[in-house]
Amino acid sequence: MATVDLKDVRKVYPGGVEAVKGVSIAIPDKALCVLVGPSGCGKSTLLRMIAGLETISAGSCAIDGKVVNAIGPTERDIAMVFQNYALYPHMKVYDNMAYGLRNRGTPKDEIDRRVRSTAKTLELEHLLERRPRELSGGQRQRVAMGRAIVRNPKVFLFDEPLSNLDAKLRGQMRVEIKNLQRSLGVTSVYVTHDQLEAMTLADVLVVMNAGLVEQSGAPLDIYEKPASTFVASFIGAPPMNLLPLRSGQFEGAVTLPAVPGNAATLGFRPEDCEVRVEAGGIAADGALRLLARVEGVEPVGAESFLYCQAAGGRIVVRVPGRTELQAGDQLPVFARREKLHFFGSDGKRV
Amino acid sequence: MSPRVVFPNKILPYLLLAPQLAITLVFFYWPASQALYQSMLREDPFGLSSKFVWFANFRKVLSDPNYLNSVHVTIVFSVATAAVAMSVALLLAVMADKVVRSRGLYRTLMIWPYAVAPAIAGMLWLFLFNPSIGSLAYGLRWLGISWDPLLNGSQAMVLVVAAASWKQISYNFLFFVAGLQAIPKTLIEAAAIDGAGEHKRFWTIVFPLLAPTTFFLLVVNTVYAFFDTFGIIHAVTGGGPGKATETLVYKVYNDGFVNLILGDSAAQSVILMAIVIALTAIQFRYVERKVHYG
Repeated sequence: MATVDLKDVRKVYPGGVEAVKGVSIAIPDKALCVLVGPSGCGKSTLLRMIAGLETISAGSCAIDGKVVNAIGPTERDIAMVFQNYALYPHMKVYDNMAYGLRNRGTPKDEIDRRVRSTAKTLELEHLLERRPRELSGGQRQRVAMGRAIVRNPKVFLFDEPLSNLDAKLRGQMRVEIKNLQRSLGVTSVYVTHDQLEAMTLADVLVVMNAGLVEQSGAPLDIYEKPASTFVASFIGAPPMNLLPLRSGQFEGAVTLPAVPGNAATLGFRPEDCEVRVEAGGIAADGALRLLARVEGVEPVGAESFLYCQAAGGRIVVRVPGRTELQAGDQLPVFARREKLHFFGSDGKRV
Repeated sequence: MSPRVVFPNKILPYLLLAPQLAITLVFFYWPASQALYQSMLREDPFGLSSKFVWFANFRKVLSDPNYLNSVHVTIVFSVATAAVAMSVALLLAVMADKVVRSRGLYRTLMIWPYAVAPAIAGMLWLFLFNPSIGSLAYGLRWLGISWDPLLNGSQAMVLVVAAASWKQISYNFLFFVAGLQAIPKTLIEAAAIDGAGEHKRFWTIVFPLLAPTTFFLLVVNTVYAFFDTFGIIHAVTGGGPGKATETLVYKVYNDGFVNLILGDSAAQSVILMAIVIALTAIQFRYVERKVHYG
């Protein structure tokens, strides 16, 4: 139905602060693009520029091939789900959903048909006569979704829509949003600071930092090949272990495989570690091997996380199931050669 | 529900309430009962004796065409003052909300008129629109309007309404600005995305959400127009010309303190009190329920 193309988009606020410093993203039709990053990275500003709620200082934003820089939010044919839902408190759920259609002069019976069918999809039928304050957080979230869907817009915009829900509901709604987006086939842009949400929802994942795109691509590609130390430490929970290298050497390593010449940081994910309690056990060829002391154990159930101190810094190691290891234990940690990541002194992957 | 506070001491709660009760008794119930008592007395012309006449004063007042005229004047004056003061204040507040630069200065300037005493506000308008020396009256005449509030009752009414509303606009402005700021910005943005133009957004989102503020101001402005405009009317028209701007409160003063018909005046006060109680009760009972939501 629609593509979204951002070309070198910038946002400079009147005070001179540059919130977005030249971002180019091409979102294909029907894709769900997730913008993820820490607070203040410019992801919300970018979304608001696509919505037309913020002016674009430089660059261009095109929806469905048409540049919309000079068009207000009213004419862009987009729908947005806000973090606080922004439901109209003085209107019933029905009127909240019908508002956008009424403003566009849709015939009355058409409005009724669309509101009711959308309410059916979202299981909101029994709530249509209620006011927002009489709804639970999850129900409000659904109404906000319904208000967006009922208009049948070209693009959906989501501004951290799940951050006000409790963890269980969040997981549920995540699946629902994904299914809904797929079945409706509407191009969507989704902003979140939750990397788990980003990983599970995205067709296209864009990791942002300080007003710039750090990396974009398929979520698992980013996970497997983070382009920088920032991405490595932002995507994945717990984040990737990063240890400094000194001129290709690593003091804490008992054995260290061949290191690219310009690497300054060594990284490996907690789940790519293996622990051999009996020292001198199986050491795979070319694997990293280092010694670490356990400082804390976090049993989560299906797995346990060991928080360890190695010579080069702190690391987290994931072991399956429960573990007998305790704080104070010394253990060797292995990571296979193909699971190691190297980053240069500028933080970029080498 | 907050838990109820229980005082172990039986006398302490009464002691704590005593100052408030004493003030209410001395400054409200006592004068009110005095008014009620006096409204049933009739004095002889020299003020030497008085006679208890039950409701004769009320019968006299309510059948007096001058009193009915005063009721009419009060209704016109109050409705016009509240309407003008509130709509102009709302317009200014909406405009002030859009001001980006020196917003603070603009708001401060808007609040100044509230600090002007009613009588002085009245004098100000009187001088500006005085048919012989007023600068703005000159302007009106230049526009071809035969401006003479000293003889023309409707023009006198326009003048007092203008003066009374002008003074109240600042107060209303403050509350409307606060009310506008309390509306979440995302609601306006959601409405914009929902395809509502600026005008439509105001009437379908902003105005309904301002309803609690508007209701509060409606009560305050009605009470203001009824009771607190004596100074302005006294300074600008003195109730005239004829009795064209003689409101109920002004007539109470005129009959009681100028003409010294104390019984009639007291009866009018009692009626006024009943009107205010009824007005407030109606407003709180029926209007408030519709305008408050979570």
